[in-house]
Amino acid sequence: MSAPVIPVEKIRMATVWLDGCSGCHMSLLDTDERLIALAQRVTVVWGPLVDMKEFPANVDVTLVEGAISSEEDLHRIKMVRSRSKLLISLGDCAVTGNVPAMRNKFGADAVLRRAYLENVTLDPQIPREIIPTLLPKVRPVHEAVPVDLFIPGCPPSADLIFSVLSDLLDGKVTNPAAKFG
Amino acid sequence: MTKSPVRVKTLTIDGREVGAREDQTILEVARENDIFIPTLCDLPGLSTLGACRLCLIELKGVPRLLPACVTRVAEGMEVVANSERLDRYRRSILELLFAERNHVCSVCVVNGHCDLQSLALKLGMTHVHFPYQYPSLPVDASHDRFVADHNRCILCARCVRVCDEIEGAHTWDVMARGVDCRVITDLAQPWGKSESCTGCGKCVQVCPTGALSEKGKSVAEMSKRRQFLPYLTLMREGRR
Repeated sequence: MSAPVIPVEKIRMATVWLDGCSGCHMSLLDTDERLIALAQRVTVVWGPLVDMKEFPANVDVTLVEGAISSEEDLHRIKMVRSRSKLLISLGDCAVTGNVPAMRNKFGADAVLRRAYLENVTLDPQIPREIIPTLLPKVRPVHEAVPVDLFIPGCPPSADLIFSVLSDLLDGKVTNPAAKFG
Repeated sequence: MTKSPVRVKTLTIDGREVGAREDQTILEVARENDIFIPTLCDLPGLSTLGACRLCLIELKGVPRLLPACVTRVAEGMEVVANSERLDRYRRSILELLFAERNHVCSVCVVNGHCDLQSLALKLGMTHVHFPYQYPSLPVDASHDRFVADHNRCILCARCVRVCDEIEGAHTWDVMARGVDCRVITDLAQPWGKSESCTGCGKCVQVCPTGALSEKGKSVAEMSKRRQFLPYLTLMREGRR
């Protein structure tokens, strides 16, 4: 080992939130004080709490929470993939489609009708602007773009996320052994 | 009539020499010797079916793979029960099962107590390589105490066999083929309307997934109780 050199080249990490409940991001935050240790070696360049307008270039590791549900999701994941060296599906929605994909057996129209017409009393209408258009079928991330690593779980535990990230920092890219659900 | 003495066969499984009675299957012998072979449709106490194909093994001199649960031992067999190739095939079979119906572990009544889920973990299934099919399948909640959710069924036919062979009611059966294949009660009538069902619940207990469950149980609240099976089988064999 060489002597500690300052500043060390930090890993550029991003986290992306697509169609998920943010539980996976919560789980990441649940790594608690270990986040401080991570911060010594990682710079978070993009995420739900990072105030940036555009997903940056040259990202080393991107964690993706959520399934691909809308045209916006599809557009974003393609862009994220092209700017990330390593793409990780974080949690069951990204890995399997999970709960968001449960609408697939009814179709997007039925979901929109239920949410914006049937359950609304004041001026019911299906939004045509601002809200991204839903895809006919919700898909797991790897059906849209190549994925390098899969962390299952709903949500994956903080310990699991931390162990995968620690392994990555040590140069080990291995899928963790963890159950779905 | 005197019983002819049981013949003993010797074979190797994963390079280990093992002895077996001639009427045993490769799966039984492997289990006796603590050699792991994954299974889903098999359940000791029920007849063997060979439906799930997870127990496929390599046999020296045979080009194709054979299901260990229905293959009898023979003298000098050289069996490979665990290999890179078998792992790959077994994972693919699991992935096909996941892709074929709507298995959503996170909201399943048996999350954490499911044979399919735990096998996916054990065999290192990271994700499903096949496109998910998302079929539109019914949930039959017409029975007073039980629910049949076809979204979670893997067609192992454990319910069919336990109902026929142990309970003797034969309420359950299998209908149609391919992607249309479905387990049914009576002649595809709602379970609650079934006149042959005794309501014993054995089908629910032997079901490897959340396809059959007890009413009133929420996510991850149900685990299956299968302790009764070996006793019932023992009693039946004693009577023969």
